[in-house]
Amino acid sequence: MGVYLFAFIAFTLDLAKRSAETPVATATAPARVGLMSRVGGTAVLERLPIAPTAPGRRSNRFERAAFALTILGWALHVVGTVLRGIAAHRVPWANMFEFSLTASAIIVGVFIAVQVWQDLRFLGAYITGFSLIMLGFGTVGFYVSVVPLPPALQSYWLVIHVFVATLGTAFFAIGAGLSLVQLIQARREAKQFSGLKFLDTMPDAEKLENLSYRVIVVGFVFWTFTLMAGAIWAAHAWGRYWGWDTKEVWTFIIWTIFAGYIHARATRGWRGSRSAYLAIVGFAAVMFNFTIVNLFFKGLHAYSGL
Amino acid sequence: MSRPSDHIESPAPAPHDGVIQPKLGPIGYVRYFWRQLTSMRTALFLLLLLAVAAVPGSVFPQRSSDPNGVTQYFSNNPSAAPTLDKLQLFDVYTSAWFSAIYLLLFISLIGCVIPRTIHHAKALASPPPKTPARLERLGAFSAFEIDADVSGPSLTAASAVASGRTVLRKAGYRVRMFDGRGPDGPELSVSAERGYLRETGNLVFHFSLIGILLAVGIGGGVGYTGQKVLVVGQAFANVRLTFDAFTKGRFFSDSDLQPYRIRLDKFAVKYEESNRNALGQPIDYTADVTTFDAAGKATPAVVKVNDPLRLGGNDVYLLGNGYAPWITVKNPAGKTVYSEPVPFLAKDANLTSLGIIKVPDGLASQVGMRAFFYPTAAKSADNVLGSVYPDLRNPMLSLVVFTGDLGIDKGVPKSVYVLDSDKMTPLAGPGTADGTSALRLKPGETAQIPRGLGSITFENKAPASEKADLSKSVQRFVSFDVHRDPTQGWVLFFAISLLAGLLTSLFIPRRRLWIKVVELAGGRLRIEYAGLARGEDPTLDAAVSAVAQRHSQQLGLRLTL
Repeated sequence: MGVYLFAFIAFTLDLAKRSAETPVATATAPARVGLMSRVGGTAVLERLPIAPTAPGRRSNRFERAAFALTILGWALHVVGTVLRGIAAHRVPWANMFEFSLTASAIIVGVFIAVQVWQDLRFLGAYITGFSLIMLGFGTVGFYVSVVPLPPALQSYWLVIHVFVATLGTAFFAIGAGLSLVQLIQARREAKQFSGLKFLDTMPDAEKLENLSYRVIVVGFVFWTFTLMAGAIWAAHAWGRYWGWDTKEVWTFIIWTIFAGYIHARATRGWRGSRSAYLAIVGFAAVMFNFTIVNLFFKGLHAYSGL
Repeated sequence: MSRPSDHIESPAPAPHDGVIQPKLGPIGYVRYFWRQLTSMRTALFLLLLLAVAAVPGSVFPQRSSDPNGVTQYFSNNPSAAPTLDKLQLFDVYTSAWFSAIYLLLFISLIGCVIPRTIHHAKALASPPPKTPARLERLGAFSAFEIDADVSGPSLTAASAVASGRTVLRKAGYRVRMFDGRGPDGPELSVSAERGYLRETGNLVFHFSLIGILLAVGIGGGVGYTGQKVLVVGQAFANVRLTFDAFTKGRFFSDSDLQPYRIRLDKFAVKYEESNRNALGQPIDYTADVTTFDAAGKATPAVVKVNDPLRLGGNDVYLLGNGYAPWITVKNPAGKTVYSEPVPFLAKDANLTSLGIIKVPDGLASQVGMRAFFYPTAAKSADNVLGSVYPDLRNPMLSLVVFTGDLGIDKGVPKSVYVLDSDKMTPLAGPGTADGTSALRLKPGETAQIPRGLGSITFENKAPASEKADLSKSVQRFVSFDVHRDPTQGWVLFFAISLLAGLLTSLFIPRRRLWIKVVELAGGRLRIEYAGLARGEDPTLDAAVSAVAQRHSQQLGLRLTL
């Protein structure tokens, strides 16, 4: 956790540093030329109206340090999670503490993996901060020693259902983070104020919205599978595939909210900020499902271990 | 679905006072409302409303999943509860308002999906459209000119276009050739389209939703669920009357129940005994049963929590369990008037259990008892009896005895788990006139009921040779859930097709691509590539340049930018 703390501090410093960077001027693209030649033949050129690629910004040293620390912290985190699993002779997610441990590991893991696809390191402060809170609550509030699985959880569905749910949560988390930045960017663009200069180094609101959509769509597929796997497991263990149990209800509510998000992007007037709000509401519901429903609501799903 | 990258989102029209639409007749209004209902905006609104409407079902106890909680709510909030009940807040998911929302949503869905299917069928049958005259207007556009001396005799417009067609076909596009004349010279072009599977997947997804709704509805009508509590040694036959609770669908008939019998032979519970942090946590429940088919043939079987028994078209699930102390009541002359195991309902994780015993006949007056059973009895700091471990280490029964009118003489059914002692006189326990304390019995012991009404024995059911070992003295009961839902397989099928439809509708790009070869003056050729995505496609540019690369390779030309 200490390493994550340093990573979080470094990411925050990176955001501050980005403020100080002067906005990079978009270079006018030289007329790109195309050549078609046989070996030895001469070339003829034609202008290609390809959009100029934005010159890449060089990451400052805080960002590099922060990302390296995140990877280090994540490696330690995964080792800790695996050890917990070995100590308990089962997958390490059977109660609130273990779920906090595993879920935060998967969220950071997905964040790191997503960097291969797009540079989303500006979300670093949000993700590491979020993980810190999750680990903090888990360790301080939910900690229980290693205990065996109750009979109801003794099934291979535990591995599938909960793991896929966590993956979905991770993608929703990143999508919500992107939506948050998108909202701030949109407000900046609307009012054209230039405070919070670090936002200059981040993509504009429309690109953020598209990125957020693509990420949430992946999470939605995982969430649909979670619902189905949960129903199959319930039919196996409890005799019915759907019984409107509290957790089932909230999983369905989250699914419906994100289905609404996907439809919203096809509805006039709902692109832009409104969709972003919906994404954030959806992720808030995911967090609600994880905390309040597990702890305070009665139901067949209460395996909090507390 | 979302917009192409060059789409400009038009703002919603400003509202104004004057009505500018034409006067509508009744058919016109029906059409107008139908169009509103099947619009995306209404679907969005209904979806979000459905999400919000599902919330009260998690806040208030629901009759379907927590009937005890509902009764509790009524007793805790006597003034508010009836109003909430009128609003159907204890039956949210079968309530009128919740059903209205999802039924409206499905009507909207069907009304949208059917025209789209017809449209898609037409699109599948029709070839790609004519090549646009000005490809440079499209987003992903690139063009290359080839000199006469570079092209050589083998490279003509026709051969270039033919190889372009091959490249596109290999990439999975549907192609069509066009032949025309542009401002710069004769033009040959290939028009290509791919990604029909995206819309097919989308339609499959939405039709699967309808399929699931139908299957669930039919299953609810044809299926049934029964609960039966069995003490070890008891058996039950699959007949409606034997079940303790039975819920059936509208179209159920008694002949749907196939004949079989199940006898519970043994029930073993394994508790955690080594891990100090989880002492007493159950880690395994196994019920050994013998099943008898219609001919009487016996087959042993095992039922566990995540492992139901499949028998006679039903699934038999192991749901709950607890202790069932065997109580014998004798009259003063020594004749047995009541002797049977009584399932006690567990109140906590250490299986402190509560049971009700009613003896309506055989004694001088009716006797009712409210008994607490402690598998491992111990006194707490404030001298209160409780159980500290769920296994039988120190079993003890504590009985509060009443006499009077049990209230069952008139034939009105009462719950066997509730004793209405308001009108009865306490004989032993708190509230007695002479201060007689509650009767305390260990397995095998007998106590006299005050006022000479008779005696109570807590039977020790351990085998004769092991009577001293109290860990076997009390039997357990198991509650089985017998379940039949013939549409389960259909729901699974639709769920899988839903997932498949979702994956294809979200991740397969739908786009059109054009390759145009223009014969310029002097034997030069110009090759143009352009693409258009239907909806948002961030990979469009990459796809067009990939096609350009492959085409140029085919033509034997090196493409350099």
